[in-house]
Amino acid sequence: MALKSRHLLGLEGICAEEITLILDTAESFREIIERPIKKVPTLRGITVLNLFYEPSTRTRISFELAEKRLSADTVSFTPATSSVKKGETLKDTVRNIEAMKIDMVVVRHSSAGVPYFLTHCIESNIINAGDGAHEHPTQGLLDMFTIRRKYKKLKGLRVVLVGDIKHSRVVRSNIWGLKAMGASVALCGPSTLLPVEVERFGVDTYTNLDKAIDGADVVNIMRIQLERQQAGLFPSQREYTNLFGMTGERVKLLNKNYTIMHPGPMNRGVEITNEVADSGSSVILDQVTNGQAIRMAVLYLLSGKKEAGEEE
Amino acid sequence: MLKEKMETVMSEKEIARAITRISHEILEKNNGAETLVLIGILSRGADVAKRIAAKIKEVEGVVVPVGLMDINLYRDDIHIKLDQPVIQRTEILFDVVDRNLILVDDVLYTGRTIRAALDQIIDFGRPRSIQLAVLIDRGHRELPIRPDYVGKNIPTQKDDRVLVRLKEKDGKEMVVVVKAGMKKPVPKILSAGKSPKKGGKK
Repeated sequence: MALKSRHLLGLEGICAEEITLILDTAESFREIIERPIKKVPTLRGITVLNLFYEPSTRTRISFELAEKRLSADTVSFTPATSSVKKGETLKDTVRNIEAMKIDMVVVRHSSAGVPYFLTHCIESNIINAGDGAHEHPTQGLLDMFTIRRKYKKLKGLRVVLVGDIKHSRVVRSNIWGLKAMGASVALCGPSTLLPVEVERFGVDTYTNLDKAIDGADVVNIMRIQLERQQAGLFPSQREYTNLFGMTGERVKLLNKNYTIMHPGPMNRGVEITNEVADSGSSVILDQVTNGQAIRMAVLYLLSGKKEAGEEE
Repeated sequence: MLKEKMETVMSEKEIARAITRISHEILEKNNGAETLVLIGILSRGADVAKRIAAKIKEVEGVVVPVGLMDINLYRDDIHIKLDQPVIQRTEILFDVVDRNLILVDDVLYTGRTIRAALDQIIDFGRPRSIQLAVLIDRGHRELPIRPDYVGKNIPTQKDDRVLVRLKEKDGKEMVVVVKAGMKKPVPKILSAGKSPKKGGKK
């Protein structure tokens, strides 16, 4: 068993066997993070470029640590201090950096499709670390990994994704991944924050949170971007909190052994109360730790993969 | 036709005797079991390690900690192989510092696996000593590594295959040498689920 593609652009179209391989591999890597010396020599000689066109704390540090723990050499790129400021295009930028002999690129960009575009510009393995509102596959994988570690399965679980569905790449990766693994997925948010083609996902959609989470096992709460309120997509923060905020009262509707997740960064008191965020059912910090194991697994499984199935 | 090129080199009884002897040798050399820890290399080395631990408990009444180790992340050919090997879970839930560590594998061949295991052990701590126990030593070393405890030395050609089958994984118990020139598929009598042919040849 191996991954079919030499890139990780998204979870759409990835089959259950591939996801299981990544999660199983991550399970083995999870142990390395707990060792006194948190490092293995596996990717010695591999150079990874972290190309982050958008701000990020968790994802960037998580990828950088994952690379270092596998003994890869890493370089980080920040557009603010680069020739992007002088007008160099994305394509020229990556081709010039690749000319310095790099092997893998981890890319985050505000435009959907940039990772795909890069696969046509350069030879390196490309890993999508979030592109626009398209996908954030390693987040989707680490969410599934976290759920699977707790319940020992994904199949048959009811997972509700709450919040800004329209603009969230985390939601999209979660939907494709969870569906492939046989979980039952539901979406919930104000109708202005649901995408127009929401039926296309083939999952249940709600605008009433209490109905959505009734009997659910896992609630994954998306960050509400406050600039959306300025754009008039919901009337006030307080109203959003009343209707879609996860409170200690609401969690009583969930199944007994429920789990609260959030990909971060959290707006405490808006989409989630302190009580819920810091409760024993919250796995928000586990998600962060598990993220490293997932990223190590993805880097390991893609490293050195040369022939692309789709381009042969 | 298959049988002519295949030779059973250890039977169930011989494997049991070898493990008993190795366990006694380990105890003798280390003056008892108090300082010992065992680490088995996945997957069949781990089974051999558990059996040695059980034997030591039987003889000395001491429970020796057993760890399991996947060495794939420390391989020197990881980027030469076409597909990445599947990584199993390493489980060393005890401190190796200042212990006499017995590294256990089923077959010793080029020594490259052991090199990888040694590197990995050092990342866990600094044992007082590392000793190597193997069920089979088939020769053809490519690195300066020698075992401290050997179940059986078996002369082989480089392209022979030595197959260890243990009850835990395979449901049967034997060591077989498949002579060079045979086609890749594992002979029928070795695949799991069927009862092994009685005894060795002749």
